[in-house]
Amino acid sequence: MSLDSEAVSKIAHLARLGVEQSEYETYARNLSDILTFIEQLNSVDTRGVEPMAHPLDASQRLRPDEVTETNQRDRFQRIAPRTAAGLYLVPKVID
Amino acid sequence: MFQKSIPELARGLREGEFSSEELTRGFLDRIGRFDEKLNCVITLTDSAALEAARVADARLKNGDATLLTGIPFLHKDIFCTDGVRTSCGSRMLDNFAAPYDATVTVRLQDAGAVMLGKTNMDEFAMGSSNETSFYGPVKNPWDLQCVPGGSSGGSAAAVAARLAPLATGTDTGGSIRQPAALCGVTGIKPTYGRVSRYGMIAFASSLDQAGPFAASAQDAACMLEVMAGFDPRDSTSIDQPVDAYAGMLDADLSGLTIGLPKEYFGAGLDAGVGAAVQAAIEAYKKLGAQVKEISLPNTSLAVPAYYVVAPAECSSNLSRMDGVRFGYRCEEPKDLEDLYVRSRGEGFGDEVKRRILVGTYALSAGYYDAYYLKAQQVRRLIRDDFVQAFREVDIIMGPTTPGPAFRLGERCDDPVTMYLSDIYTIAVNLAGLPGMSIPAGMVDGLPVGLQLIGDYFAEGRLLNAAHRYQQVTDWHTRLPPGFE
Repeated sequence: MSLDSEAVSKIAHLARLGVEQSEYETYARNLSDILTFIEQLNSVDTRGVEPMAHPLDASQRLRPDEVTETNQRDRFQRIAPRTAAGLYLVPKVID
Repeated sequence: MFQKSIPELARGLREGEFSSEELTRGFLDRIGRFDEKLNCVITLTDSAALEAARVADARLKNGDATLLTGIPFLHKDIFCTDGVRTSCGSRMLDNFAAPYDATVTVRLQDAGAVMLGKTNMDEFAMGSSNETSFYGPVKNPWDLQCVPGGSSGGSAAAVAARLAPLATGTDTGGSIRQPAALCGVTGIKPTYGRVSRYGMIAFASSLDQAGPFAASAQDAACMLEVMAGFDPRDSTSIDQPVDAYAGMLDADLSGLTIGLPKEYFGAGLDAGVGAAVQAAIEAYKKLGAQVKEISLPNTSLAVPAYYVVAPAECSSNLSRMDGVRFGYRCEEPKDLEDLYVRSRGEGFGDEVKRRILVGTYALSAGYYDAYYLKAQQVRRLIRDDFVQAFREVDIIMGPTTPGPAFRLGERCDDPVTMYLSDIYTIAVNLAGLPGMSIPAGMVDGLPVGLQLIGDYFAEGRLLNAAHRYQQVTDWHTRLPPGFE
């Protein structure tokens, strides 16, 4: 599998990840190497094999639907880059 | 004092031979003397440590101490510590003082253990050499030109140089066992679900597991007993009692069957490492164990399967780092998209970006079945190989790594070669089994690790086998030159 700079740019956009244009080629080469390496997986026939999500095939534990947490908004917002009146601030989304 | 075992330190504290404050000062002094060379510690919490030591001393006087009360440890900077920077080795979290404690942090605190500081690591635990850290690489105490391994490189190097008697680590593809091997210390990765992941910054959630580093299996057993246990706050935590590991160490090994996977001794294994591992196996035979050759036929598929599963899960987990609620935010974002893109682009380093890109690609529309689903199927085949093997043997042994510590900078430009450093450790994470590494020889002045792999929840058995070996060998007692 080989990726070009255009593919890197597209994937970076999907991940909302800033990648310098000057680095596209290096990433394209590294990613192509990694994907080629991963292609070894195709050498084994996995028809009928159940995909394994948990090593002990455990399923998600459920708990009663009760409120167990207290409101700690101020505490959690103290470490936020920008807040006001209990809200997280981001650049204007709607004009 | 810095070479005493945990039971010896606990006895000394109880009998008033020394106080926790003295012990804590002793290790803080070693950090002050040696860490400039090694770069193990990102954040030193010396005044909090001395305060905790005084509290521990009071507890020791009152007679309500546990085995770890008053014992210093270093904490990998992936575990949240309330009010203390928890960087995960990343610029993204350089300004992040966690607003709560991880369960592992709470358990160690409740036991009275004294945190000295937070250790250096590969960024978000993604790396095998500790070179991806925002805070610079850790040096291997056995050779300062060499890497300590990763991702828990700071913890492993710190215990090797006895900057602390104990340290925490996490292991997603070998991040406890590989640095333990390269630094010549004992490290154990428990069964998936044995130690709570709550407050442990997630890399690949279906693989991540925490465990201890120590000089010996006995010391590691003391720490694991405290770390392990059910936690309702971790939805994958296993609700099963924790064995009294330290009480199981002396069991006789006669009748133990050791499996040697032929795939772990093939091409690619350094001859010196292979010879050291064979010598360790001979020592086990003298202890009464039987040895049997086994096969884990899908071994070669473990690293490729891992490099689908781990990046896919990391790309999802790291989407929370968006510059909005905590962590790094870029200057003057022009709109919301720019805020996300630049905060993440500036906050993450190269290896993390590579893995986010691979994971995003593997999970993107049209590729999910070909990559993630296929890797999860291969994962079951790898797990089934182990299940089959454990019908015939009690413990699987082999090398932890293909070679001893490599030189700083040597593999930075070649991700795939770097990934292959973890060829013997990754399958254990994919299968969710417990595994450990213990020092078992030296090659050209660098330590060699012997890997022990157990069946699910057989941590006690692994620690027992490791302890018996350490009673007849002295590799685990050796100190790197210059760190006396």
